[in-house]
Amino acid sequence: MTSTTASTAVFAHLSGNPWLRFAARRFGRLLVSVWVLVTAAFLMIHLIPGDPVRAALGNTAPVELVEARRATLGLNNPLWQQYADYLRHLFAGDFGTSMLSGMPVSQVIGDRLPATAELAGLAFALAVLVSIPLGLVMAVLTRGGRRRPVELAFTSGSVLLAVVPEFLVAVGLVYVFSVELGWAPVAMRQGPSSYVLPVLALALGPASVLARIVRVETLAVLQAEYIRTARAKRLPDRRVYLRHALPNALTATITVGGLLLGAMVAGTVLAENVFAWPGLGSTIVSSILAKDYPVVQGVVLVYGLGVLLVNLVVDVALALLDPRSTIRES
Amino acid sequence: MTSRARWAGVLRTPVGVAAAVLLGAVLLLAVCAPLLWGGRADEVDTAHILAPASAEHWAGTDNLGRDIFFRVLVATRTSVWLALLATGLGVAVGLLLGTAPLLLGPRLGRLVTAAVNIAVAFPGLLLALSFAVIFGAGASGAVPAIGLAIAPGFARLTQTLSATVAGRDFVAAARIAGVGRIRVLLRHVLPNIAEPLLVNATMAAGGSLLAFAGLSFLGLGVQTPGYDWGRLLGEGLNGIYLNPAAALVPGVAVVLAGLAFNLVGEAAAKAVGPRTATAPVRGASADGIAHGADLPAGQADAVLVVEDLTVSFGPVTPVRGVGFTLRRGESVGIVGESGSGKSLTALAVAQLIEQPGRVEARRLEFLGDDLLRTPPRARPRLLGTSLAMVFQDPMTSFNPVQRIGRQLAEVAEQHLGQRRGPALARAVDRLRAVRIPGAARRARQFPHEFSGGMRQRAMIGMGLMGEPKLIIADEPTTALDVTVQRQVLSLLADVRAADDVAVLLISHDLGVVEQVCDRVLVMYAGRFVEDLPVARLRDGARHPYTRALLGAVPDLATDRDQPLVVIPGRPADPAAPPPGCAFAPRCPLADDHCVRADPALVDDGSGGRVACWHADERPEPVLSAATEGEGR
Repeated sequence: MTSTTASTAVFAHLSGNPWLRFAARRFGRLLVSVWVLVTAAFLMIHLIPGDPVRAALGNTAPVELVEARRATLGLNNPLWQQYADYLRHLFAGDFGTSMLSGMPVSQVIGDRLPATAELAGLAFALAVLVSIPLGLVMAVLTRGGRRRPVELAFTSGSVLLAVVPEFLVAVGLVYVFSVELGWAPVAMRQGPSSYVLPVLALALGPASVLARIVRVETLAVLQAEYIRTARAKRLPDRRVYLRHALPNALTATITVGGLLLGAMVAGTVLAENVFAWPGLGSTIVSSILAKDYPVVQGVVLVYGLGVLLVNLVVDVALALLDPRSTIRES
Repeated sequence: MTSRARWAGVLRTPVGVAAAVLLGAVLLLAVCAPLLWGGRADEVDTAHILAPASAEHWAGTDNLGRDIFFRVLVATRTSVWLALLATGLGVAVGLLLGTAPLLLGPRLGRLVTAAVNIAVAFPGLLLALSFAVIFGAGASGAVPAIGLAIAPGFARLTQTLSATVAGRDFVAAARIAGVGRIRVLLRHVLPNIAEPLLVNATMAAGGSLLAFAGLSFLGLGVQTPGYDWGRLLGEGLNGIYLNPAAALVPGVAVVLAGLAFNLVGEAAAKAVGPRTATAPVRGASADGIAHGADLPAGQADAVLVVEDLTVSFGPVTPVRGVGFTLRRGESVGIVGESGSGKSLTALAVAQLIEQPGRVEARRLEFLGDDLLRTPPRARPRLLGTSLAMVFQDPMTSFNPVQRIGRQLAEVAEQHLGQRRGPALARAVDRLRAVRIPGAARRARQFPHEFSGGMRQRAMIGMGLMGEPKLIIADEPTTALDVTVQRQVLSLLADVRAADDVAVLLISHDLGVVEQVCDRVLVMYAGRFVEDLPVARLRDGARHPYTRALLGAVPDLATDRDQPLVVIPGRPADPAAPPPGCAFAPRCPLADDHCVRADPALVDDGSGGRVACWHADERPEPVLSAATEGEGR
């Protein structure tokens, strides 16, 4: 009885504060998403037709070895028990063991994750740092139909870059800068110069998409009446654009930017394979080809968590930037 | 417009034509290339292994001496076919998932929707990789992998589109008539969302072509001895130093084909989707002749002196030579129908007209400073502290993501050189001055937490951050309800009385003007037609238009069983003002002279001005009922 009233009181308190309500709702959604992700990763192996262990070890492997491996992986237990074990191990930080190398998957991930995170993080930072000023400047220069040629060049250039996928951009960059000009090393992660091309390959597409969105959003915002109010206050142009236009233009940009960052996490897989980058992307492809399923399972889980984390950051950033969004959502 | 005609609209833009031609070429290659060059592409030539590009082999040869250029051409079929297959699968699954809420009912439907929403959050490539694990490496595994990766996005789109259609009347009518769910879906919902779905499927085909190239490039797609562009690209990359063409040619092929699908999709989206109406600039020329007759005598205590002010946008001149003077503490109202140029006059005085608008005037002086000769940028402080603006819609006139207090404090920081703390304290003080309760707490709130009337008061408070000599209020109460309107107007009156501030009030509401102003300027088609003291408005109005406006205001004595009275005819087109009096077409007193010659605004010697050949004549009623002969 008392616990009911207590929880009602807590709930009433929670529902009184829009920020707490927002945090509670968002956390709940995250939990559901993580559960779906973990379950999907678990089911992935069970959906593979045939015996995954046999497939991994090859047709020539002795039956005893296959059986022993099945037993260590717990594949002979009932499904619900395997599921429970899987969840229990995950909570303990145990992602399983590679079928081929026998290494713990968590160790594989620990070795490979930093390289991928660096790549994605640098590329996203570059994309944001380039696209926001570029889009803002373009909007100011081309507002009200000014400078048509500039607008045309910007739009067609950014559309083209946005359509070409990162691995083709990567091949193009390798050709121009490594083969023709000899400026940058082709592959591997050795020294700062080796970062240039992979980061560029990943950043160019998202940067051009983002710059276009920043421009379109800024153009719309510049029409808004509160911009006229800001002008009526006789603020310097710079302040009108940076303080009044930009924050309002950024809300849509952050939404799309989050999607792009999520896609960039996946895009690293291709870029890493072009540049022989020793990250999770090379690992997942070689593991899929070698049918090393525990590793695949672990890496997919890491990528998925990365995407969910990005989505969470985006939602929080939106709530901080646009005070209306916490209310609008409820 | 028929749907076929709209799809033909794709071909109306140069980009659309280029994309369609490109796509046609890609599809033609997909059909013909294997028939024409299949043999040459598989021809093994061990004498020329891994040869660089030459006249004989345009893109060089591979590790078995096969010609790479022809292999790229022949690979068109595999690449395009697999992409289309994956797209078809994705669209089919997406349609099923997307229409599930309609077919399965709300409860199961919500479950499917939730699942789709979670899946959409993950990037397509990640989904494709996960499915590739299940289905295994190879073309037969990559097709369902990419198809299922497309499906959630497509399902989301279908859901959104069908939800809007399902809410429409004809679907509801079909339901009530007892039409089954599947039939409603097939007959009523799908046909109405087919076009946007088709457009998106076209773009999805481009996307899956690129995705397939990606998977094959990674070695997870097409397996040897088969080959597609992605596989050729992967093989070419290994020897990029020896023969760059081996990697570049398949790369270019992928980009071109992907672009073809995408551009056709985008062109179709533009042709099919709602048109963005661009207002055509009407070519009629305005008579540029300035009217010098509007000139008021300059006063020593003038806050604002305007002579022969025009505002033009290209060939259109909505404000055609107006002049007036505002003295210290004086309150003047400009009234007129919408489109008469009254708001533009206010914005021009405040130097807030933006390109492509142009403002010209013989004199435009504020507190003795000539605003036209000195660039407005040079005197932001004068305007920022002495001229306050209040706009029509308080809902949209504040920056939604900044706290109210900050938006006020900004003025003091910018123009009075105050630091953050004192500026904010002044903002709170000003909010208190405009009677906002709990001003300190309110200053920390965002605009959406304020009511409309409170926001308008805060807007006035923002004008009081400096020491205003003139408040320009452009329809300040139009967006507010009547009780709030009274509060805002009495606040304006108090501010004016307290500091001898001049007020220029723009309104279409004579009642509001009567309440606040000393003098009324009646505006019609970009000119002032009458200027008179408010005291004389009710019984001393001399211009037929002013009298018509007065007659159109309902009051308590108005018989509400009768239709409301309106002024017959429509306002003059600002793009083509008539040579004579602009009001003549709607005026019951008009004669030939009115149509030919434009009357000047003439001083009547008793503190009023009027522009009419027939001033003071009182004819038969000017008004007609709204239901009767309206000139529309």
